Amino acid sequence: MSSVTVSAAPSTRIQEVVSPLGITAWLVEDYTVPLVSMDFAFIGGSARDPDDKAGLSYLTSGLFDEGAGPYDAQAFQEKLDDSAIELGFNSGRDRFEGSLRTLVANLDTAFAMLALALNEPRFDEDAIQRVKAQISAGLKRAETDPDSVVWRALNRRAYAGHPYGRPDKGTLSTLPGITRADIVAAHKARLSRSALRIAAVGAISASDLAKALDRAFGGLPAGVGTDSITDTVMQGAGERLLSTLNVPQSTVAMGRPGLPRHDPDFMAANIANHILGGGSFTSRLWQEVREKRGLAYSVWSQMSTARHAAAFYVGTATSNERVGESISIITAEIEKMAAKGPTVHELKRAQQYLIGAYALRFDTSRKIASHLVEIQIENLGIDYIANRNNLMAAVTEADAKRAARRLLGDGKLLISVAGQPLGYTAS
Amino acid sequence: MSAEHGRIGHFQLENGLDVVVIPDRRAPVVTHMVYYRNGAADDPHGKSGIAHFLEHLMFKGTKAHPKGIFSEIVADLGGQENAFTGHDYTAYYQRVAREHLETMMALESDRMTGLVLKKPEVLSERDVILEERKMHVDADPASQIYESLQAALFTHHPYGTPVIGWEHEIAELTREDALAYYRRFYTPENAILLVAGDVTEDEVRALAEKTYGQIPRRSAAPVRNRPKEPPPRAERTVLLRDERVEQPAAYRAYLTPSHGTTQNGDAHALEVLSQLLGGSNASLMQKELVVNRPVAVNVSSWYRNDAVDDGYFGIYAIPGEGVTLEALDGEIDAILRRVTDEGFADADIRRAKTRLVADLIYAQDNQAQLARIYGAALATGGTIADVQDWPEKIEAVTNDDLKRVLDRYLKRKVAVIGHLEKAA
Repeated sequence: MSSVTVSAAPSTRIQEVVSPLGITAWLVEDYTVPLVSMDFAFIGGSARDPDDKAGLSYLTSGLFDEGAGPYDAQAFQEKLDDSAIELGFNSGRDRFEGSLRTLVANLDTAFAMLALALNEPRFDEDAIQRVKAQISAGLKRAETDPDSVVWRALNRRAYAGHPYGRPDKGTLSTLPGITRADIVAAHKARLSRSALRIAAVGAISASDLAKALDRAFGGLPAGVGTDSITDTVMQGAGERLLSTLNVPQSTVAMGRPGLPRHDPDFMAANIANHILGGGSFTSRLWQEVREKRGLAYSVWSQMSTARHAAAFYVGTATSNERVGESISIITAEIEKMAAKGPTVHELKRAQQYLIGAYALRFDTSRKIASHLVEIQIENLGIDYIANRNNLMAAVTEADAKRAARRLLGDGKLLISVAGQPLGYTAS
Repeated sequence: MSAEHGRIGHFQLENGLDVVVIPDRRAPVVTHMVYYRNGAADDPHGKSGIAHFLEHLMFKGTKAHPKGIFSEIVADLGGQENAFTGHDYTAYYQRVAREHLETMMALESDRMTGLVLKKPEVLSERDVILEERKMHVDADPASQIYESLQAALFTHHPYGTPVIGWEHEIAELTREDALAYYRRFYTPENAILLVAGDVTEDEVRALAEKTYGQIPRRSAAPVRNRPKEPPPRAERTVLLRDERVEQPAAYRAYLTPSHGTTQNGDAHALEVLSQLLGGSNASLMQKELVVNRPVAVNVSSWYRNDAVDDGYFGIYAIPGEGVTLEALDGEIDAILRRVTDEGFADADIRRAKTRLVADLIYAQDNQAQLARIYGAALATGGTIADVQDWPEKIEAVTNDDLKRVLDRYLKRKVAVIGHLEKAA
């Protein structure tokens, strides 16, 4: 065992609230500030879009605040602004999510608006056209944006044949073919109570929240089954991709398969990643790439636990003429970490950081709500917050070395570059 | 709201350091920030980017805490840190568990006077900044037109120069430039300390005296002597045509006063105006140009109001399919002419004010955001009372005020119009 002392876990007290209709939410009650933040997510996102309708999920998520019940889009937005209610929806690969923030004085209106948005969205044809135009403006910009270009290329190769290989927001060719009927069907099929995870934080009692939950979510279908998306593993490690863009700097994206959230070595791998490139100013990649050589403004690594494929990613951006040098330094660091793992000293410091910094996730209602939804989605249990720092402290040197080896393996990466790099060619 | 939460403490140390305390006892953490009342607009002529460069170099270590030790200590304590530079201020912050506040204060106060710079580190960091500029500006035509728009709007005042600096000047910045700038501005009388979180005013006072209080007063705080922007006489057009532009966009900017240059209510009126015109999905331009007729895909407005010198009012719009940028400009002009003559519906004004004022209540939920609000206000010449009276001043804005500022400042004949288009 390493000798890390565990500081008190965040004292946040979480209640599990179950509404009369059986809807469950986690609640942190706090009356210091007169507001309530609520986050919720339905499991199932853009990965469920049919290939020829890629972008359906994202488009649908953009339409929930564009008119519902008696209100057209403009009236709906005015109604929200009249009470300063913040209501937003989004969709990612694996989930459809929403957030609500309101002053306590407007709690009833806020939940009424949320109920309308979720249960009676209008999906008016003009709103659909409008949101499509907004999404396609974004897609057009993304066509020459180095960051978008480089990650799209990486995903296309890494997840060829799997929904993860497609852009979340669809493409300029799939977007026009999405019809109102598709959107209506997606709404019915995906917003089900069984797929729902909710967390609320702020000035609301458990009994008031229970009533509000039924009002907002009680009308949704119970839901059956789970999504039919297969798990997959990133392909193409060892290959090199190039997207030529006329810019003086190249953006670099790298990836390889990672460790899933419930892997017994996940916590240890998380620490190894922190030491390698996760902890900004102190990580090895930061020191080698930025501090010692001034090669880049930003360099990072992270573990991704998408629902159907765990992955490890690295990103940076460096002058075209220094791409070769940057990539070899990064790959050398990855190989070194895979072979030798972190030192005891590094391990202890990373644990100290990760344990101490956990409290910083609990200083705003929004951060707490979002973290609580995350814990529910990952099935980590309501006692996770109390246990998490102990799990982090329990990681030994042997654990960290093993996890680094498992995470980084032979060190081979799928590399994608966008720019006009020197000393780099596609394989 | 509990009585103590958000009750602001404000005092000054003997050496002139301003101290602001923002209690938030909900979580056992604190946000510790230091604002210096100097930013990119105080860069010496020909040395653009020096304020931002120095911000990076402040992480290089001091005599007492050589290279990297500050960041290592912060990380070992489970803290997070960063810094940012604006035109009017440079700020540094750490977020840590409450018991580590004193350590942060000791390290940050040491960095106020003890910076050590070695030439190789300075040169390597300059490369980092050149990469930062490439990443944010060279890679993105939208950033380039924004930079050009500001340069066209501020013909004389340094707000026309980007905070990060011009590439050719960054490339020539030296260790000596950085040290000269550091000695001039990094003094207690030029700084504001903000501590938000699980602390009391008394605790902060005691710790501040023990740490920052040990730094001797240097002299009078530096005075910002910036050239004043002359009244604009001409409409200017900035055209950026680039092969990479797949989505055209229209921009415009009008020179306006800011909270730093006007006390007559114009700045508050301009804030309400920005919310009304393009501040939300329910705003007037959104309704008229996006919802009622698909002239635009998106339209928004913003107002740079927290500034020492005159600020500006900006509008950004993405044209609908088949709509030219000139036609879109005409539509925006028509709306502005109409509201200049007729004003706004009372319900719309009510709604805009509600939305704006609520933001200050929402900010009570975020200690770091509160610290930034007070830090920016104080660093641009405002007071704690200015922040606290702000809702009242916003509520007091009338339709006549809105018409007056429209008429006075949003005149096409002195606007800068920006068009971002694909190169033919």
